[in-house]
Amino acid sequence: MIKIQNITKEFQNGDVVTKVLKGITLEIKSGEFVAIMGKSGAGKSTLMYQMSLLDHPTSGTIAVDGKDVTGLGHDARTRFRLDNLGYIFQDYALVPELTAIENVIVPLLMQGKSDDEAERIAKAALEKIGLGHRENNLPSQMSGGEQQRVSIARAVAHHPKILFADEPTANLDSESSQAVIDVFRELHKEGQTIVMVTHEAEYTAHCDRVIHVVDGQVIE
Amino acid sequence: MSQFRTSFKVGVFLGYRQLKRASRWTTGLIVFIMTLTFLNLVVVSGILIGLIVGGNIANRNQYTGDVILTTPYGKNDIQQSQNIISTLQANPHITSYSERFIDGGTIEANYKTRTDFNDLANTTSTQITGIDVNHEEQFSDISKYVTEGNFLDPTESGYIVLGSNLLERYASFDTGTLLKGVYPGDTVKVTVNGATQEFIVKGILKSKVGQVSLRAFITENDFQRLAGRSSLDANEISLRHDATLTDDQAKQQLVASGFDSVAKIQTATEAIPDFLNQIKLAFGVLGNMISAIGIVVASITIFIVIFINAITRRKFIGILKGIGVSPLAIQISYLLQSLFYAISGSIIGTVIIYGFLVPLLNKHPINFPFSDGILVADPMGTFVRFLILLVVTLIAGFIPARMIVKQNTLDSILGR
Repeated sequence: MIKIQNITKEFQNGDVVTKVLKGITLEIKSGEFVAIMGKSGAGKSTLMYQMSLLDHPTSGTIAVDGKDVTGLGHDARTRFRLDNLGYIFQDYALVPELTAIENVIVPLLMQGKSDDEAERIAKAALEKIGLGHRENNLPSQMSGGEQQRVSIARAVAHHPKILFADEPTANLDSESSQAVIDVFRELHKEGQTIVMVTHEAEYTAHCDRVIHVVDGQVIE
Repeated sequence: MSQFRTSFKVGVFLGYRQLKRASRWTTGLIVFIMTLTFLNLVVVSGILIGLIVGGNIANRNQYTGDVILTTPYGKNDIQQSQNIISTLQANPHITSYSERFIDGGTIEANYKTRTDFNDLANTTSTQITGIDVNHEEQFSDISKYVTEGNFLDPTESGYIVLGSNLLERYASFDTGTLLKGVYPGDTVKVTVNGATQEFIVKGILKSKVGQVSLRAFITENDFQRLAGRSSLDANEISLRHDATLTDDQAKQQLVASGFDSVAKIQTATEAIPDFLNQIKLAFGVLGNMISAIGIVVASITIFIVIFINAITRRKFIGILKGIGVSPLAIQISYLLQSLFYAISGSIIGTVIIYGFLVPLLNKHPINFPFSDGILVADPMGTFVRFLILLVVTLIAGFIPARMIVKQNTLDSILGR
């Protein structure tokens, strides 16, 4: 599904060059549930941003489904993300002016789906995570756990090839965190490929594989 | 094209909801600013031009009518005046006319009580104007401008009505040759072409049209006797036509009848003194300059509003881009907001202008020394100003939205 070949990522601040990723090579297979763990500053989120096409690696290649996506232009990357990838962020990242269902609808409309079809799919996605009754609530009217589940619904409604989750439980209490992990388990059972960055070991129990990032390098 | 259509649809989806769920106070304030800007665009130049147009309208109503015939250069009067009048009477499209007989003269007051003959006489020079009272009344409703006393009665003789600017107590300037202490009921001596006759002041006419306020009016019969004229040729003939004719058509009919050889024929517009047209032009430029400042202020306001809106939502813009929403869709959502502010402000402004200000100023004109100022808001001009505001607002909204949208997606998401 994803093949990463020797990617590096450097940040330059004046004359100081910081190497965050130091030549990482790894492969994630279709249907895998992979956790990326590491200490703060180890480079786990940076690795995920490269894999998920939110950032450009300094060197190396990334291929998704056999297609090299490293050299894609800005618009092509945006389109690729829309059609193939789903994202869940630590702080839910829902648009505050949009209701739960509207947040889910936006990427579906962007894919060119009709209003009715987008609404139908969004409703189904919210029902699936048990938030059908909250579809008309704004993010400010929902708990953190509920917002994160809406964020999951938004990420999976269009059936992405890979779901990326960046510390999805970091801002949640243990009950809400467990609910989010349960949703991931269900999705994984259905065959969804999931890449999750976390620093909480207890939530990696159901993962197929845990990748440890230490000082910009992978130790599986 | 279909990508654009999708981006447009998503942009509208996002923009509509951002507006719908934005703070009502903030939206109200921005729309209020846009309303003021639109009013500034239309009203400032409209009032400046309205000062002159108000004067022109008064001139048309009280003096020139739609077309005016005057004595040509080098002649004493309009020859064949009675022929012209007969033609006007026979023309069903001419609704009213007034023929005026004019000669230079002097008016002297308080001569009976003058004790010291070394003092200057209480006298003024003016145009003594003989009128057919009924015709003038039908033409200009002149009696409604009487501010003291009454207007002339066609059945009476020996009465004079004075324009207010001939009197020191009304004139806003003192040339030293104005009549002092003259009131209705007083007797004045009027001298024309060396002939003198006493008249009783019957009333005072107050008008902002110089040809009314700087003239003295007597009946046509009194004028003929005083000036010793034997012909019935007038010096001015003003006429009004019905709606089936334009001013130019009415003029052309007179020209076609050959009257341009005996009179100078001008439409009301042509009869406007050139300096007034120059002032109108200058006021228009001045109004446009003030409007331009208003436009700049409005564009900066919109720029700041959209910029702050976009910068505070930078993270969400990054998220939207991250999940695959095109930058164009996000920009369109901000353009839609700018469009909403501009259109709402313009609609409210238009309602205020045409529903309130124009009728109000038509009913209660602004009192200027030389005219009654109205608000000139030509619909086409207003529409052009609306388009200008719209385009400027769109640009002012587009630039900050583009600045934020162009930022690196990940930097926006992470707030770097």
